[in-house]
Amino acid sequence: MTPPTRRDDGSSRRVLMLLVLAAVAVMAVDASGDDSPVDVARSTVGDVIGPVQSGFAAVAGPIDSIAQRFTDAGELRADLEALEAENARLRTELQTAGIVRARGEARDVMALRAQQSGFELVGAEVVAFGPAQSFSRTVTIDAGTVDGVQADMTVLSADGLVGRVVRADRSIATVLLVVDSASVVGGRLDRDLELGLARGDGELSDDARLHLTTLDPTTTPEVGDSVLSWGSNGGIPYVAGVPIGWVESVQTNPRDQTATAVVVPYVDFSALDLVSVVVGAAASSDAAQATGAKDGH
Amino acid sequence: MPALRTAVTVVLVVLAVSLQVGLLSYVSVGGVVPDLVLLVVVGVALVHGPRHAAVLGLLAGLVLDLAPPADHTAGRWALSLVIVGYLSGMVRGEARTGAVAAVAAVAASVFVGASVFGLSGLVVGDPGVSVPRVLEVLPMQVLLDVAVAVVVLPVVFKLSRAPQPADRWARA
Repeated sequence: MTPPTRRDDGSSRRVLMLLVLAAVAVMAVDASGDDSPVDVARSTVGDVIGPVQSGFAAVAGPIDSIAQRFTDAGELRADLEALEAENARLRTELQTAGIVRARGEARDVMALRAQQSGFELVGAEVVAFGPAQSFSRTVTIDAGTVDGVQADMTVLSADGLVGRVVRADRSIATVLLVVDSASVVGGRLDRDLELGLARGDGELSDDARLHLTTLDPTTTPEVGDSVLSWGSNGGIPYVAGVPIGWVESVQTNPRDQTATAVVVPYVDFSALDLVSVVVGAAASSDAAQATGAKDGH
Repeated sequence: MPALRTAVTVVLVVLAVSLQVGLLSYVSVGGVVPDLVLLVVVGVALVHGPRHAAVLGLLAGLVLDLAPPADHTAGRWALSLVIVGYLSGMVRGEARTGAVAAVAAVAASVFVGASVFGLSGLVVGDPGVSVPRVLEVLPMQVLLDVAVAVVVLPVVFKLSRAPQPADRWARA
C-alpha cells in the first residue's frame, strides 16, 4: 500500500463530488413526489429483504422472549397483574360507557358492535423495528399484498390502535406507528364524544405519548378519559372505534385558550408482536356509523 | 483482482444489510441498533482507500435507505456513507498506527455518519428529526458501534484482504 499521490487525491475528490451529487439527487427525487421511481426501488428491495427479516424473526423471536422472561420475570408478573386489572376495568368501561351509552339507542349499539366485529382482519407478526437512530417509528410486518394488505390500512393489536400501513410490498408491509412524529390520528373522547387530533411525539418505548388537541377549544379533556379512533372516510387510513389510549394529564395554554391532553397509548410499542390489519370493513356498518355520527352531532 | 474485490465487498454489504435490518433489531440497546453497514464501509475504506469506499458507501447507503421498515427520504444514508467512506479512507494511514488510533477513527466515522444522516433529515424536513434527538441517540450509537467494530472490523479486513498474505489487522 503506497500512500496516495497528489494526482490520486485530486481524482478521488472528483469521485467524492460525483457520489455526493448522486446521493443528493436521489434525495431530491424521493422528496419531490409520491410516485417517484424510488418507490419502485423500495418495493424491489422490500421483496428481497422481507423474507430475510421474516426468517430472522422466526429465529430471534423465541430467543428474545425467553431472554425477557428470565431477565425480569418479577417485573413482568407485576406488570401483568396491573395490566389485567386495567384491562378488565377498561373492557367494562368500553362496553358500558362512552360512545355506546351516550348514543343510547339500540340501533347504534348494534351498529357499533357489528362494526367492531365486522372488520375483516389479516393477522401478522412484527418482524423488524426501525432503529432509534432513524428517528421514524416504523415496523415491518410479515403480511403483504399477497395477503390483501394495501397502503393506508389500519393496523391494530389486542390492546388498541397500532398505526397504519404506509407501504405494502409482496410479502411484507411497513407500518407507521401512531407514536411517530409524522402520525396524526383523529380521536374521540369516550366521555363527551368530543373530537380531537392525536399526534405522536416520536418517543421510544414506555415514554411514548400522544398529544391530543380537541377541535372544539372550549372543551377540556379530563384525566382518565379514554380516546377512541374517530375513523376516516371509508375507514382509510383509520377505522372508527378502536381504543387509542387514556388521558394522563391535560395542559392548558392560557394564551390561545386551548387544551392539550397527553394520551398514554394502550399499546406497548416496544413490545409489539401480533397485530391485525383491517383489510375490509362491512359496508353497511360504515354507513350506520356515518349516519350515527351525523345525527349525534 | 478487482472483480474478486468487488464480489467480496458486495457479499459483505448484502450480509451487513440483512443482519442490520433483520437480526440486529432484536439486540438493540435503548432502541439503537449497531450500524453494521457503516462499519463495513469503514473497514473497506481502511483497506482499499477512499475512492473504493465512497462508491461502496453510495451503493450500501442506498440499499439501507430502501430496506424496510425505513421510511425516511431515500439518499440520506447514501450521502452519509459516501462521506464516511471518503473520510475514513483518507485517514487510513493514521488509523493503522495502532489500536487506539483505529478505535478513534471508527468513533469519528460513526459520529460523522450519524451527524450527516441526522442533519440531512433536518434539511429535507423528515419528521421526527431534531438536533436534541440526534444528540440523545448519538453517544449510545458511537459506543455501541465501537464495541461492535472490535468484532466486525477484523472480519471485514480478513475478507477484503484475502488475496494478500500479510494480515496485520486480523490480529488487532
